Amino acid sequence: MNPTIHPVLAFLQTWWVELVCGVVIVAVVPLVAGYLVLLERKLMADMQARLGPMRVGPHGLLQPIADALKLLIKEDIIPDHADKMIFWLAPVASMTAALTAMGGIAFGPSFLVARDINVGLLFVVGVSSMGLLGIMLGGWASNSHYSIMGSLRSTAQLVSYETAGGLALISGLLLAGTLKIRAIVAAQEQYGVWFVFLVPVAFFIYLVASIAETNRAPFDLPEAESELVAGYMTEYSGFRWACYFLGEYSNMIVVGAVATTLFLGGWLRPFPHVRWMNWLDAVPAVFTAAVGAYCVYRAGKQPVRVQVWFMWGVALMCFAVALILGVPLLAAPLKFMVPGLNGAFWFLLKISGYIYLFMWLRFTLPRYRFDQLMHLGWYILIPLAIVNVLAVGMAMILEMQYGWNRWLAMLLTTMITLAAALYLLYLNDKRAAAASLAAPPPEEPSTEDSYAG
Amino acid sequence: MGPQHPSTHGVLRVKLKLDGERVRGTECVIGYLHRGVEKIAENRTYQQFAPYVDRMDYVAAVSNGLGYCEAVEKLLNVEAPPRAKVIRTIMTELQRIASHLVWLGTHALDIGALTPLFYCFREREEILKIFEKYCGARLTTHAFRIGGLQYEAYDSFEKDVERFCKDFERHIQEYVDLLTGNSIWIGRTRNVGVLSAEDCIALGASGPVLRASGVKWDLRKAQPYAAYDQYKFEIPVGVNGDTYDRYMVRMEEMRQSRLICLQAIENIPAGAILGKVGKVLKPPAGEIYHSIEAPKGILGYYIVSDGTTQPYRVRIRPPSFINLQALDKMARGHLVADVVAIIGTLDIVLGEVDR
Amino acid sequence: MLDKIIFFFFAGVAILSAAMMVTRRNAMHSAVFLITTLLATAGIFLQLRAEFIFIAQVIVYVAGIMVLFIFVIMLVSLDVAVHEMQFSRQKWVALFVTLALALEVGVMLWSSRQVPGQGFLLPNAVPAGKLPPNTEALAHGLFDAYLLPFEIASVLLLVAMVGAVVMAKKRT
Repeated sequence: MNPTIHPVLAFLQTWWVELVCGVVIVAVVPLVAGYLVLLERKLMADMQARLGPMRVGPHGLLQPIADALKLLIKEDIIPDHADKMIFWLAPVASMTAALTAMGGIAFGPSFLVARDINVGLLFVVGVSSMGLLGIMLGGWASNSHYSIMGSLRSTAQLVSYETAGGLALISGLLLAGTLKIRAIVAAQEQYGVWFVFLVPVAFFIYLVASIAETNRAPFDLPEAESELVAGYMTEYSGFRWACYFLGEYSNMIVVGAVATTLFLGGWLRPFPHVRWMNWLDAVPAVFTAAVGAYCVYRAGKQPVRVQVWFMWGVALMCFAVALILGVPLLAAPLKFMVPGLNGAFWFLLKISGYIYLFMWLRFTLPRYRFDQLMHLGWYILIPLAIVNVLAVGMAMILEMQYGWNRWLAMLLTTMITLAAALYLLYLNDKRAAAASLAAPPPEEPSTEDSYAG
Repeated sequence: MGPQHPSTHGVLRVKLKLDGERVRGTECVIGYLHRGVEKIAENRTYQQFAPYVDRMDYVAAVSNGLGYCEAVEKLLNVEAPPRAKVIRTIMTELQRIASHLVWLGTHALDIGALTPLFYCFREREEILKIFEKYCGARLTTHAFRIGGLQYEAYDSFEKDVERFCKDFERHIQEYVDLLTGNSIWIGRTRNVGVLSAEDCIALGASGPVLRASGVKWDLRKAQPYAAYDQYKFEIPVGVNGDTYDRYMVRMEEMRQSRLICLQAIENIPAGAILGKVGKVLKPPAGEIYHSIEAPKGILGYYIVSDGTTQPYRVRIRPPSFINLQALDKMARGHLVADVVAIIGTLDIVLGEVDR
Repeated sequence: MLDKIIFFFFAGVAILSAAMMVTRRNAMHSAVFLITTLLATAGIFLQLRAEFIFIAQVIVYVAGIMVLFIFVIMLVSLDVAVHEMQFSRQKWVALFVTLALALEVGVMLWSSRQVPGQGFLLPNAVPAGKLPPNTEALAHGLFDAYLLPFEIASVLLLVAMVGAVVMAKKRT
């Protein structure tokens, strides 16, 4: 008995944190993704002058639970000639990729599942790129020609923008000098400024690439094209569709986390080392307390008793969080918790901002057509990203070997890349103008009378 | 693209002949909404037929009513009193704005912009409220009577219209901000569905479709009816005849309609609202053709009377039906994704196409 | 101890998947099992503390080459291929040849274990904590010592890409 129990206990002792984190990720992230969907619907409604889900639970807050229940009890339809194994596998692959990638993300200086992995950022990017397989296999399993074409198109889109996004990440990584997540944020702390201010162009390229990576508007052709041509998701109903959907929203969180870590300073507060900005350390607690106070203020105005209690509940939760964030600031023995808790707050705030930007863009912009989408990726973003990498490399050499001022060097970089961008856009306009001159589309003398017969 | 499809604005079936991704030909299958309106007209009196015309282009019912009432008045050789003409003009221009708002919202939605739809319907709500206060109905209004109006303009009519028009400028600016300069929008609509001026005239296209191709033809200026000759307004004309130009033409038309309304409410003449028309209408035997500039194009009524209370034949020239013919020419050579945009830009209503 | 368990787990998965891969009739199923084999191999790399190769395997092989494989399988008309047995004709011959080769290699390795300088080169196992950071070591190797082969490899890849584009364009 003993010889077998010992190693197991030893294993648990060293790895219990990771195991618990793994379980938490798989249990909690789908719930969070579900509430992200509700948040998106509420935001969409707000921007469209309406209210959004209001019925299920106070202010529609139980809507995701209702949706999940509905999807779970829906009939599981498998198309007749579909490949059963792959039909089962595809949504699972998509969701697994997204959830596993979350294991590599650090939400604070000490919240990290894959601790000290040498290739931290690359791990996250690489594993989340395995979601591609879920899309391809999904289209194939539906056994319909249009689904397959739809999934191939979606895959092509994802692959192209992954390249662009990866190159953009490289520019940031040049500055960081390492792939380890904690070391990247430490590098930003050392530089004293978030990388987005040093290489803004790379950030914007990554922003666009990540929108395309997660199939969000304006690049959501695979999802919306199901009006005309069946997309890869058409045959999936009930819980399988929910898996795809949750995979997509988890992917959004992952992509936001990568951008936040590399460009937005991870868990650092704004101006991390500026002394006189130290009062910003109090912002998390104050902010949460303010939100709680607002809830109390609104609680009095709710029409229904349940909603009043609910607002009070939310307010109490906010105050509790504010307490947790605030007390370590004041109580000396607990000071060591400050960077971790505050860091988690700032990180979550930044991810929320990034995801809010995603949603905002979805409601505002029309959709790209597929060829325009690919053109944007290959003709504009990838060349721009390559130029950016070259320019950043040049700037770093100038700074390190020739002793230029860092800001000057980075400014030079940005100027070069912006010039390249303008040139690319100019080329693009010329090409579009030439195409439109040649445009009157191939007019065969229409001997073909479509109305006959 | 079958009869039930989120993007074909009604029950329209379009058969696409594809070569890979390119459209080589289209065939429209219509008739899913045919209700035999023209045949019904032969068995109704002139006043009884009036509510039927609303149901053709149900998005712009007031214009349909205007065309019909004016056509029968022409047959009877009666003129509506000036007050009726001005109020008719105001209502018709408000209806033009409402129809273009529906077009804008659904067209933007087809191309992927989710938000303009809700903003357009928010503005349209104000117009429909005015209609409801005026004649009791929002959509199928039956607002006019043969010879003038039945209802007097309600007390705050001028104030409501003025408030709407003052607010509307700001809202048009919202749509412009969202769409006009947007490079994605331009990319989806420029050079898509080009229709040259010769083709337009050959096909008989009318309305914004014709004007966007460069032909400056608007019945409100060419053959003025109602009170249009009293007001100053521009006719927007496009250059290329592509989807973007049609979009710009309709946006500008909304602005011009607003200006007409503002000019009209300043000076609504007092007086009677119904001309000298008997209770029983027996127009002399004969035939007339009267057309107006409906929001979708030229709407014509050809009425043949045989001297009885019921018309012998009513033939309606629906603008959407004739504009729809242009679909084949416009869609050739484009990608399937563009066909949705092209159908949207033609602004068709199946109630009118099928009658 | 944990190392051993992890290794045997991944190795078992790899062998099982490989066996499944060559015995499936359905080409898509074969591809999926190839994916699992590659992932298991990547797991073994990770267990050996070669993190960069692990993630490179995932990104390049699984999310790149396998995607390509699946593209091809999807696009090629498969109504015929799905129902054909893929590799069944010479299975007995193949089995015999494989066993013979394995025997040969095994005998060679076994007999050379005593000869210094021959046989398996077992590097001194470095305790995990003291390994040089994987990515940096690889980068130093690529860009310092083996820069020329690296550049030649990238030129080769570029040539292949250009050639593929040219060939694809010619067809249209």
